[in-house]
Amino acid sequence: MTMAFESINYTYPGSGTGVHDLSMAIGPGELVALIGASGSGKTTALKLLAGFTQPQSGLIRIGDKDVTGVTAEERRLGVVFQNYALFPHLCAWENVAFPLRVRGVPHAIRRAQAIQMLERVGMGARIGSMPHMLSGGQQQRVALARALVFDPKGLLLDEPLSALDASLRVEMRDEILRVQRQSGIATLLVTHDQEEALSIADRVAVMREGRIVQIGTPRVLYDTPVDAYVAGFVGQSNLWPGTVEREGLVGTPVGPIACVTGTRIRGDAVIVFVRPEWIEPLARPPRAEVAGEIAGETLSDRFLGPIRRIDLAVGTGMVRLETHLRTPVSAVRIPPERVRLLPPLE
Amino acid sequence: MIGKSLWIVFLAALFIYFVLPLIMTVIFSLSRGQAGFGPDAYVALLSRRDLLAPLWMSAQLALATVACILLFMVPAVIAVHLFAPRLRMLLELAAILPFVIPGIALVAGLSVLITGPGWLIGSPFFLTLPYFFLALPYAYRAIDIAISNLDLTQLRLAAASLGAGVGRTILWVVMPNLWPALVNAALMTFTVVLGEFTVANILLFQTFPVSINLVAKSEPAEAAALTIVSFLLTWVALLIVLLVGRNSRKTFDTGRSGASS
Repeated sequence: MTMAFESINYTYPGSGTGVHDLSMAIGPGELVALIGASGSGKTTALKLLAGFTQPQSGLIRIGDKDVTGVTAEERRLGVVFQNYALFPHLCAWENVAFPLRVRGVPHAIRRAQAIQMLERVGMGARIGSMPHMLSGGQQQRVALARALVFDPKGLLLDEPLSALDASLRVEMRDEILRVQRQSGIATLLVTHDQEEALSIADRVAVMREGRIVQIGTPRVLYDTPVDAYVAGFVGQSNLWPGTVEREGLVGTPVGPIACVTGTRIRGDAVIVFVRPEWIEPLARPPRAEVAGEIAGETLSDRFLGPIRRIDLAVGTGMVRLETHLRTPVSAVRIPPERVRLLPPLE
Repeated sequence: MIGKSLWIVFLAALFIYFVLPLIMTVIFSLSRGQAGFGPDAYVALLSRRDLLAPLWMSAQLALATVACILLFMVPAVIAVHLFAPRLRMLLELAAILPFVIPGIALVAGLSVLITGPGWLIGSPFFLTLPYFFLALPYAYRAIDIAISNLDLTQLRLAAASLGAGVGRTILWVVMPNLWPALVNAALMTFTVVLGEFTVANILLFQTFPVSINLVAKSEPAEAAALTIVSFLLTWVALLIVLLVGRNSRKTFDTGRSGASS
């Protein structure tokens, strides 16, 4: 079932924060991630969809029904909270059976369904455990089972992995994706972790000051961000302020960069954007006749397991590159075809 | 070493302050003066029918005050936490007032404020009003701390997303988690009311502590015995409430209480 925002506005009383003119649809079986800095409005968007907060204007649709003004308990959406929000006085299966109990499902049936759902999330062996006896990951699995057991119309995940340690986060990320795919349910994931969003979402929406700046597949967002905010928020980036010097050349603090300038004319201000892994490391001095080759002095060279992250001082700026090569780097080549020009920051 | 010494000092202070007076009271209640020791005072108590009515009155007042606390205080604290957190300051202030307003000032204030009807101010149950006020700090603290530890807002949102309205959320989620705090609040209130002397004495109501005071004037040994008996009765009452509380919390989703509807 589709979940959709249509021109939603909500401003918190006494502040300008909230969401402004928010429009977005999550299709059946689709997983959309909302990312953004603190205060960007991503959690507010989730609360509006869940029915915890009512918008000041606009429509919220679930399926083809307008549910604006409908309370959270009547929306039938499963929500997984950052801190799990398991009921501390109920054991695992009782927690999962809670929404069935609310709906009047007889005791024996709800117990069977709860146990079946717990088995589906790998918690079949801990059905009688109280929440305080479970680890963070196990509590999150129970919370996921509880959010899905009553066949909700959509699933909302509010920073579900942020309270877990790094290794468990990856495991749970895959688990959520597996269960979501099995259920085929429209899912909204709110997270500040861009890696998490890129790795499991079908589409990612980047929010800034209550508005969606860009929405697209992880690949589109990564390769072609619409502005420096998105580029900086999604993955590592080299972002240099520059001015078009002539067609195919932009002056930047790291020197002139060869690139496709398109319709821009001499004197236009731009932001030059290159991903660190798009830059080719060179173990030899740069050749003057080859466009995009520049020399630099190593500022830092960090070993990150499969790759190295190297920061080079070039001109009055810095170039960051990532490479799996182990050889010393004294220069780099910035392939002109990989360079993107973004609008300057307002 | 310092830790061990501190413990010894602490236990010694505890002994001197709490246990020693009890032991001395027991010894005094058993004393026959020159004739040694015996349970005469306790035997005499059994024949004193005049003490049963005050005891029953104090117990009724304690139960009535507990009921008032549970009926008014608990919903108020839950509502403030859920819907109006800013009003919490007001409750905090109200909970401090009984410590700074002396009993006599409380009675004087109540007498000026409430002058009728006669059936209310003439009834011993009028004491429930000041007792509610006196028990407020203890009951409020117990309930407030429990709710603060619960992250009530998050649990309410979770329950709402699972389909539970406010009523079911309070009954099925909040109250079971507050149960130990409610037992605490009830015990505190019960104890405060059972031992309250000043207000009852000023308003001329014959409660159990007032009766003990009267007995002490003529029969000091019996008064000491009475003190010990009331002390034990209070503990037995507390124990019963605790046991009842423990048995009630064993399971929640049994499906046998009609909760599934």
